[in-house]
Amino acid sequence: MVNPAVAGRQYPPTPPYEVGREKIREFAEATGPHPAHTDPEAARALGYPDVIAPPTFAVIVAQRCDAQLVLDPEAGIDFSRVVHGEQNFRHHRPIVAGDRLVAVLHVDSVRSAGGHSMVTTRSEIATESGEAVCTATSTIVVRGGE
Amino acid sequence: MTQVSAPAFEALAVGDELPAQTFTLTRADLVRYAGASGDFNPIHWNERFARDVGLPGVIAHGMLTMATAVRLVVDWAGDPGAVVEYGVRFTKPVPVDDVEGAQVTVTGKVAVLDDDARTARVDLTASTTGPDGASLTVLGRARAVVRLA
Repeated sequence: MVNPAVAGRQYPPTPPYEVGREKIREFAEATGPHPAHTDPEAARALGYPDVIAPPTFAVIVAQRCDAQLVLDPEAGIDFSRVVHGEQNFRHHRPIVAGDRLVAVLHVDSVRSAGGHSMVTTRSEIATESGEAVCTATSTIVVRGGE
Repeated sequence: MTQVSAPAFEALAVGDELPAQTFTLTRADLVRYAGASGDFNPIHWNERFARDVGLPGVIAHGMLTMATAVRLVVDWAGDPGAVVEYGVRFTKPVPVDDVEGAQVTVTGKVAVLDDDARTARVDLTASTTGPDGASLTVLGRARAVVRLA
């Protein structure tokens, strides 16, 4: 079982993740192409300073942030038993190429039900200068032993 | 219910349907997503490993299914940056056959209109076909909030 004492815990900010145009292109080609992801002129026509990331791109930053908890020996999470239960992104503004993003991990809750543990984490993703960009919330289910 | 094609906020009504779409996911798409996202869990590319952990076979990344479903909203809104919030529950895995791939059918409906924020909440459904031919719902509470002009 996941250690319930990690609920409420906050981890230090992650090192900056620099959002590259080509990474946005690669992610868009894997998830759904749109000119705003690959053509700076098309992005500017929509009012953005450069190409913007797809709606779920923030998962790259959020999962790096979540790794702090998963790898924390005090949490007691067996990653081989983890199933992704829920995911939510609240975009304060689109992620734009050139952003340098830092994320702070909050463990919002640890619950147990039916022998499983449900852990809800929240990555507050912001620029290095502190501008809020995205709040990514994830619930993982850690299956109990047989 | 009317079918909407261009989402002018004033023209929208709760219950309006977005044009449904069916997307094909292949093993190559899973490998491409693994590389793009950095999620290299072998259940998404190794058949033997997936079966050994009790899955019917290789399954799509939940996050790829999530990304696929919101394409309906992006295509409708015309601007991926207009999606201000998007959340899902992962209810069932999407098995991806090595030859046939998998079909994911996505529907969407305007569920809430916020006059002050000029946003529409679109409730999505995503389903695939089970081994017996029945339709399986793969996402629950899939909701996207879209800011409109």
